[in-house]
Amino acid sequence: MNNNIFLCGVGGQGTVLASKLIASAAMKKGIPVMSAETIGMAQKGGSVTSHLRLGDDLYCPMLGDGMADIIIGFEPAEAVRNLHYLKPDGCVIVSENPVKPVTSMLKDTGYDGTEMIAYLKRHIKHLTIVDCESACREIGSMKAMNMVLLGAALRSGAIDLSMDDIKTSMRERVKPQYVEMNERALDYTA
Amino acid sequence: MKKAFLMGNEAIAMGAIAAGVRLVAGYPGTPSTEVLETVAKHNDGSIYVEWSTNEKAGMETAAGAAYTGARTMVTMKQVGLNVASDPLMSLEYIGVKGGMVIMVADDPGPISSQTEQDTRHFAAFSKLPCFDPSSVQEAYDMIQDAFRLSEAYGTPVFFRPTTRVCHGYASIDVKEESEYEACDPEGFVKDTMRWVIFPRTSYLNHKKIEERNKKLSDVFSAYDRNLIESASPKKAIATHGISWTYTKEALAAAKKAGTGDMPSVLKVSTPFPFPEKLAVDFLRGKEEVLCIEELDPVIERALVYVCGKYHLDVKIRGKLTHDVNDAGENTCGSVLQDITAFMGWQIAPPATAADDETLPELPVRPPVLCAGCPHRASFYAVKQAMKGRKTIFCGDIGCYTLGNAAPLDMVDTCLCMGAGINMAQGVWHVEPDTTCFAFVGDSTFFASAMTGVVNAVYNEADMILVVLDNSTTAMTGHQPHPGTGHRMMELVPGYVKPDIANRVSIEKVLEGIGVKAIEIADPMDLASSVAAVRKLADMSGVRAIIFRLPCAVIIKPDQPFAVDQASCIGCRKCINSIGCPAITFEDGKAHIDSASCTGCSLCSQVCPVGAIKGAASDE
Repeated sequence: MNNNIFLCGVGGQGTVLASKLIASAAMKKGIPVMSAETIGMAQKGGSVTSHLRLGDDLYCPMLGDGMADIIIGFEPAEAVRNLHYLKPDGCVIVSENPVKPVTSMLKDTGYDGTEMIAYLKRHIKHLTIVDCESACREIGSMKAMNMVLLGAALRSGAIDLSMDDIKTSMRERVKPQYVEMNERALDYTA
Repeated sequence: MKKAFLMGNEAIAMGAIAAGVRLVAGYPGTPSTEVLETVAKHNDGSIYVEWSTNEKAGMETAAGAAYTGARTMVTMKQVGLNVASDPLMSLEYIGVKGGMVIMVADDPGPISSQTEQDTRHFAAFSKLPCFDPSSVQEAYDMIQDAFRLSEAYGTPVFFRPTTRVCHGYASIDVKEESEYEACDPEGFVKDTMRWVIFPRTSYLNHKKIEERNKKLSDVFSAYDRNLIESASPKKAIATHGISWTYTKEALAAAKKAGTGDMPSVLKVSTPFPFPEKLAVDFLRGKEEVLCIEELDPVIERALVYVCGKYHLDVKIRGKLTHDVNDAGENTCGSVLQDITAFMGWQIAPPATAADDETLPELPVRPPVLCAGCPHRASFYAVKQAMKGRKTIFCGDIGCYTLGNAAPLDMVDTCLCMGAGINMAQGVWHVEPDTTCFAFVGDSTFFASAMTGVVNAVYNEADMILVVLDNSTTAMTGHQPHPGTGHRMMELVPGYVKPDIANRVSIEKVLEGIGVKAIEIADPMDLASSVAAVRKLADMSGVRAIIFRLPCAVIIKPDQPFAVDQASCIGCRKCINSIGCPAITFEDGKAHIDSASCTGCSLCSQVCPVGAIKGAASDE
C-alpha cells in the first residue's frame, strides 16, 4: 500500500523542509519515496505544493485527485484549494492563520481565513486545526511552523512513520543549536 | 550501488559525473538550473564548471572542450536553446570527439517559461539524437547512455527532461565513486578538414549524418528503454517521459476498478531518430493507438508517417485528433480520463474530499515581488518621475517581470531575454513623442542586452535604459554572473580565488559603448531616484540609470518597520502605491508583518502622514 502525503502553503513557509524530513525518515526505513515540489516563480509568495509518496510500485511523483491520505495545509485557503487531492475520508492538518495576498489587500476582499476553516469543519471529519501563530510565539521562532504542523500530522496516524523516525532524521538534518527548538515544535500539539 | 534521495536535476548531474564529465557550462533557467549547481557542489576539482554569459557561450565552450576529447555537458532551459541555436546548427555538421550532452529542460504548462516549445523538434531539426527520460532513476541511468552514444558516434546528443522529471524527487540506485567512468582526453588534434566548417565539408557530412541517423533508428529500436508492454491486441497507447508514468498509474487504477481489456503500451525514450522498426512491430495488428504526449505531437506524427510508409491500417489518435489537450501539462487525472474515453471504460472519476459542495471563493495568489525587493522601489521611482508623461515601459525576463502586476503596473511589454531594449527603440522610431524605457536585470544585461545598447547608440535612438542591478541572478535561485565577480568554481574545495576578481562593470560597459548620460541610484532613496529619472527624461539620446541594491533575499534584513496605529489615517496609500506583501490592513489601519518586513523603508517614504517608522526612529 502507498502512503500519499500532500503539503501546501505559500512560498517561503517551509513546506519543502517538512517534505524532505518525511522523505529521509522513510528512506532510513527502506521505504521507497517519490516527491515533487513547486520550484520557480511561484515560490515568490505564490501557492506552493509538495507531493510525497511512500511505498512500493510507485511510478509517478505527482498525486492525482482523491489520492492523498493526508493534506498538511500551511494556510487555510491553500488547504481548501487543494482538497481535490484528498481521498473522501482523508485527514487534514491546517494552520488557522491566513497569509493575506497582496491582491486581496488591494481589492479589500476581507479574506481572513475564517470561511476556509468553517468549510473544512463542515467537510472534513479527521481535521486538526492549529494556531501556528501562538505556537511559534511560544516556541520562540516564526520558522517553527513546519515542525508544529508535521508533529500534528504524525499524531493523526495518517503517515506511516513514527515521531521517533522523524526526530532521528531531524537531528541529522538541522544545525545542533536548532534541534531542541524543533523537538519542542514537533511535540507542541501533544 | 547505493541509495540516494535525489531531485531529477541532481540525478542528471550525478549521472554525468559518473560518466566522467570534465566540463559543464550553462546559463540558469527554470527548470534546468540545479543540474549545473549539483555538478559544482559535487566537484572534486577534476570538473570545470561555469555559468556562461548566455547559452550560446555555454554551447560553444562545451563544444570546444569536446573537440579535445573530453566529455562535456551544456545545460539550459528550452528558450535558452533558441539563443544557442546558431552554434548548434553548425556543430551538427562538425560533430565532437569527446561525448557532448546538450541538456535542455522543457517546461510543459508552461510553469516558469514564456513558451511551450518542444526540444524534440530541435533535435530533429538539427538531426541530433535525443533522449527523453521519464523518471529520476531513468534520468540518472540514461544520461550515462547519452554520453556513451555521443562519443561512439562522434556527435552531440540531446538530453531532454521536462519540469516534472527535473523537479521530481525519488530514492534511486546510484553508483559508488569507484564505479565512475574515467575521462582521459587525448587533446585537440589539428585537422582543418575536420574542425573547420566549409560548404564542401558540410555537404559531405550531411550525407554521413543521414546515413548515421538511419543506423541510429535501428540502434534505438533495440534500445531497452524504448519498450512495448503488450496486452490488448487491438488497442494501444504510445507515450513518453512523465506521461508514461501517468499512464502506468492510470492503468493500475483502472485495473483496480475492475475494467476488462488493458491497452498495450509503447514507451518512446528516443524520439529522434525515431525507432521505426520497433514502431512497426508495435503497430502491426493494432486497430487504434492513442498518443499521450506533452507539448507537440511528435510521436503521433511519427506513427502516422510509419503507418503510411508501411501501409498499416491503424487509426492514430492524440493531439491532432483532439483526443488529448493541445496545450498545457498532462496530469494523472487527465491521462486517466483520456485513456478511459479511448478504451470505452465505464469508470467514474476518482472520489475526493472536495466533491460535495462548491468551494468558497479562494483568494487569488499570483507570485509577487518579495517584501523589501529593490525592483519595487525602482519601478515606483520611475512611475513617480514620469507621471503625466507619454511613456512606454518595455520589460524583460527575470523577477522584475513581476513589476507588471497591480499596483505597480510598470511592464508594458515582455518578449524574451534582452528584447525590451530593442523594442523600446522600435517604438521610438515610430512614436518619437514617447519617452521609451527599457528595464533589464544585471544578469540579463550581460546575457543579451549589450548588443541592444550598441544598436541604440549606433542608430541614434532615443531611449532610457534602466538596469535593475540586484547583484545576482535572482529568479533562478541566485546564481553569480559577470557583474558579481563570483564564479561556480569557488564551490570547489581547494580553489584559489585570484587576488583581483574579474568583475565586469555595467557602467564601464555603457561608457565604452558610448552612452553619454549614466546615473547610478540607490532605489531605496526615493526622492533622489525620482530626481535622477527626471533629469534623464529631460535629455535626449541613449541614457541609462542603474538602480543598484542587492536582492533582499541574499542580504541580512534590517530591523522591521512598524505602523504607529494612532497616526495611521487608513488612506491605504502604502498598499495601493507599492503593493508590498508585508503590508496588511486590519480594522481600516495598516499593519506590517514583522516576520517578512526587511526594513527597506520604502513604505515609510510613501506614507503621507509619517505613520510608518523604523527601529532607529522609535525613540
